[in-house]
Amino acid sequence: MNAPILSTTRRGMLALCVGAGTGLVLGFRVLEAAGKDAAPSAANAEFNPFVRIDGAGKVTVIVKHLDKGQGVATGLATLVAEELNARPDQIVVEFAPSDSRYKNLLFGMQGTGGSTSMANSFDQYREAGAAARQMLTEAAAAAWKVPAAEVKIEAGELRHASGKRAGLGEFAEAASKLPVPSTITLKKPEDWIYIGKSFPRVDVKTKSEGSVNLFAMDLHMDGMLVAVTARPPKWGATLRGFDAAAAKASPGVAGVIEIPQGVAVLAASTWQAIKGRELLKLDWDETGAETRSSDAMFAEYRALAEKPGISVRNTGNGAKGIEGAAKIVEATYEFPYLAHAPMEPINITILYDGASAQFWTGSQFQTVDHGVAAQALGLPPEKITIHTMWAGGSFGRRAIYDAHYFAEAAAIAKAWGKPQPIKLVYTREDDIKGGYYRPAFLHKARVGLDADGNILGWEHRIVGQSILKGTPFEAMAVKNGIDDTSVEGVSNMTYANAGMQVDLHTTDVKVPVLWWRSVGHTHTAYVMETMIDELAAAAGIDPVEYRLRLMKDDPRKVAVLKLAADKAGWSTPAPEGRFRGVALHHSFGSTVAEVAEVSVKDGKITVEKVVCAVDCGVAVNPDNIAAQMEGGIGYGLGAILHDAITLKDGAVEQANFDGYPSLRITGMPVIEVHVVPSTEKPSGVGEPGVPPIGPAVANAVFKATGKRVRDLPFTKHGLV
Amino acid sequence: MIELNINGTARGVDADPATPLLWALRDTLKMTGTKFGCGIAQCGACTVLVDGMAVRSCQQPIEGLVGSEITTIEGAKGPVAEALHAAWVEHQVPQCGYCQSGQLMSAVALLSDTPKPTDADIDAAMQGNICRCATYVRIRAAIHTAAGKLGAA
Repeated sequence: MNAPILSTTRRGMLALCVGAGTGLVLGFRVLEAAGKDAAPSAANAEFNPFVRIDGAGKVTVIVKHLDKGQGVATGLATLVAEELNARPDQIVVEFAPSDSRYKNLLFGMQGTGGSTSMANSFDQYREAGAAARQMLTEAAAAAWKVPAAEVKIEAGELRHASGKRAGLGEFAEAASKLPVPSTITLKKPEDWIYIGKSFPRVDVKTKSEGSVNLFAMDLHMDGMLVAVTARPPKWGATLRGFDAAAAKASPGVAGVIEIPQGVAVLAASTWQAIKGRELLKLDWDETGAETRSSDAMFAEYRALAEKPGISVRNTGNGAKGIEGAAKIVEATYEFPYLAHAPMEPINITILYDGASAQFWTGSQFQTVDHGVAAQALGLPPEKITIHTMWAGGSFGRRAIYDAHYFAEAAAIAKAWGKPQPIKLVYTREDDIKGGYYRPAFLHKARVGLDADGNILGWEHRIVGQSILKGTPFEAMAVKNGIDDTSVEGVSNMTYANAGMQVDLHTTDVKVPVLWWRSVGHTHTAYVMETMIDELAAAAGIDPVEYRLRLMKDDPRKVAVLKLAADKAGWSTPAPEGRFRGVALHHSFGSTVAEVAEVSVKDGKITVEKVVCAVDCGVAVNPDNIAAQMEGGIGYGLGAILHDAITLKDGAVEQANFDGYPSLRITGMPVIEVHVVPSTEKPSGVGEPGVPPIGPAVANAVFKATGKRVRDLPFTKHGLV
Repeated sequence: MIELNINGTARGVDADPATPLLWALRDTLKMTGTKFGCGIAQCGACTVLVDGMAVRSCQQPIEGLVGSEITTIEGAKGPVAEALHAAWVEHQVPQCGYCQSGQLMSAVALLSDTPKPTDADIDAAMQGNICRCATYVRIRAAIHTAAGKLGAA
C-alpha cells in the first residue's frame, strides 16, 4: 500500500508552516513528567510527522486533533502502537503544532469536528506506525546482517530468531535516516493486538489524580495578567462610552482597555479582574441591536412555516400522496437555543511581543485560529504559534469559524502593548450569555399513510438560522441557499416512502449560532424519530417492527435496531411501572439505536435505563466507544429535559448553571452499550450517541403519559 | 497576609481577606488542581475539604478559613484517595477530566463518612458535582469499587 501521507507537501488552506516537529506542548510535558518512568531521552528521531522515537525507545505520537475528552489522543496512539507492536507504556502523546501537515484529511484544514478524527486518521496513523516499523526492522537487519524480513517487533522490542534483541531506541536514529519505504504494509485485522481491544487511555491516570495541569485555564507564567471583557448585553449593541475610574482603582487592576469586542479589564488575578469589571460604568447604544424576545421570534417562525421555503428535497410524489391518505399525522416542533457549557470555560493565553505571538488554548480549528490570529495582529502566519492544550470539553464550542476569542485575545494584547502573557478568561456567565448557540429551530411535518401504514407522502418545513451562512465556510457548506447543517437528518431520510418534500426558511437573527454536539441532528432526529413513532401508533404497528419494515433494504441499520431491541428485551413487557421508547438515527457515518426506559411518579418522569447499540465500523476502542455513547446520552438528555437559552428583549435570560441546568448524577440513567461487530472503515462516535436519546425518551413518555412533547425542554411541560 | 492550613502546611496568602479560597489557591498559590467552573457553587469543580467536609471553594472567603484544615486535590492522599484514584483508572472514568478533581474530593468526603455507600448515598453526595461529559455511570461504579477495596483491606 502506498502512503501518500508521508510525502504530503506543505499545502493547506492557509498554507501554514510553523516549526514542524518541534512541538512545544505544555500538556504533553506535564503528562510525561507525571509518568513514573519518564526516561531521559536521547535524540528524538523523527520518522514522519506523526511518530518520533527517542534513544530510550519512547514512542511519541504526534496528535493532530484536539482531545477534549473524546479520547482521540488514545485513539491515534493506538493506531501507531498497533503497527509498531509497541507496548502501551512506551507511548506518549503530544499535540501537533498548527501546520498543514496535520490537516484533517476530510476537512482540508487542521481541525477537529464532525466526529471525523478516527475516520480521517485510521489509515494515516497506521501507515505512519507501519513505516516506522519497517524502517526500524531494516536498520536492525543491517546491523545484525540478517534479512530485514526476518526481523520482527514484538512487545515493543526488535527481535530476530537468532536470539538477537534490541529496544526500539537502539536503532531509532539510524532507522529514521533511512528513506521512507515506498511500499507500506499494514497489519492484517486478524493480527491486531490493540484495535478492537480497548487500549488504556493515555490521559486517564493523570486526569484521575486531578492535580496535574493539563488545561489552558491552569497556566501561569511570570508577569501574567488575567483579562475579562465586558461585552455588549445584546447582539449588535455598540459601546457609546464608559467610565473606568472605579475599575482602575480596584485592587490588582492593571488596566482597562477598549477593544472592538467591548471593554477588557486586566488584573493580576482572575478574581481581581472580575471584581474590577463589576465596577465599570458602561453605556451601550442598542440602536442596531437584536431586541426580539424568544416568544416573538417563535411567532415569526410559526408564520414562516405557513409559507413555502427553498426546496431542499422533492422526491417521488413529493407531498401529493397526503391528500386522500387513509391517515394523516401532522405536528409542529420547537427547539430552543442551547449553550454548550463545557466544564472548562473558554480561555486563551497570548504572549505577544510586537513581532510574534504565541497562543495557548484548546484549539479545535487550528488553521482558522492561526489565520485569524495572524490577521488580527497584522503578522505573517509564520510568526504565530499555537500550543494546543488538552481541553476541558468542547461539544463544538471551541470549533469556531471566526476564532472569535483568538481575535479578542489579539486585540487585548495589541492594545495593551507590553510583552506580558495575558490570559483571557470567560466566566461561566460570559459563556452562557456569550452566544454561539445551537440555533433555535421550528419544524412542521405532515405525513400521509395508507391503510397499511405505508408512507404515501411526507411534507416537511424547517425554519431556523444557518450556522455557516456568512462564515468562511459558507462557500463550502451552503449550496443554493441551503445550509446542510439545517436539514441533515431530514433531507437524507431513508425510511421507505412514496414521496417526500422538504423545504427550508433560513432566518436572520443577530444571535451567533454554532454546531453543538451532533449539529443539525440535535433537532432533526427528534422530529423524525418521534414522527415515526406517531406513524407507527397511527398504523397500529409496534414501533420497532414499523421501522424494520420501512428500512428493510438497509441491513446495517436493521442490525443496529435489532441489537438494541433484543438487548432491551423489547419483545417482553417492560418492568412494572416502566415504559419504553425507541429511536434510531444515522449521523457522522454511524448508526445508533437507543431504547429508553422511563418511569413516572407524581407526573414527573425519571429516565431509568438506556440500552444503546452502535455501528461505527471497526471498533478501534470499544470501551471508549461505550464512554462516548454514555456521555452523548447524558449530554443530550440534560438538554432535552432542562435546557433552553431564551431572549427577553434581545438579552439572554440565563447566566449560569442555576438557570441553565446540567444533567447531574441524580438524573443519569443506567446505560448499556452494545457495539455491532464490523470490518467497515471506522466512523464517528463523539456525536452519534446524542441524537436518538431525545426521541427515545419522548416516545417512552408518550407510552407512559399519552402526551407528545413537541417543544423543548421537557421542563416546559411540568414533566421534570 | 492570611495564614491558612492547606494540606497540612501553613501557607501565607497575600490576598484580600474577601478573596474566595478558589482564587487564593489557583492564582495566589498557583495550586490549580482545584478548578473554576461556575463561581456560584453550582458545579462543584472547585470542591475541597474543609475540616473533612466537602465545600465549594468559590464561596469560601479566605478570612473565614483561618484555623481550618483545608485539603485540596494536591493533598488528597491516604487509603481513601488512593483507592479512588485506582478505581478511577480501572473504570476509565475521566473524559475531558476538568471536573474530576472536584468529583474526587466529593468522593473522598463520601467514603470517609460512609464506607459502604448505596447508589442513593452516592447520588446525594455527588449531586453537587456537574460533569458535562456525563461520566456519571462510571463515577458511580468507581466509588463502589473503591469502597469494596477499602472494605476488603
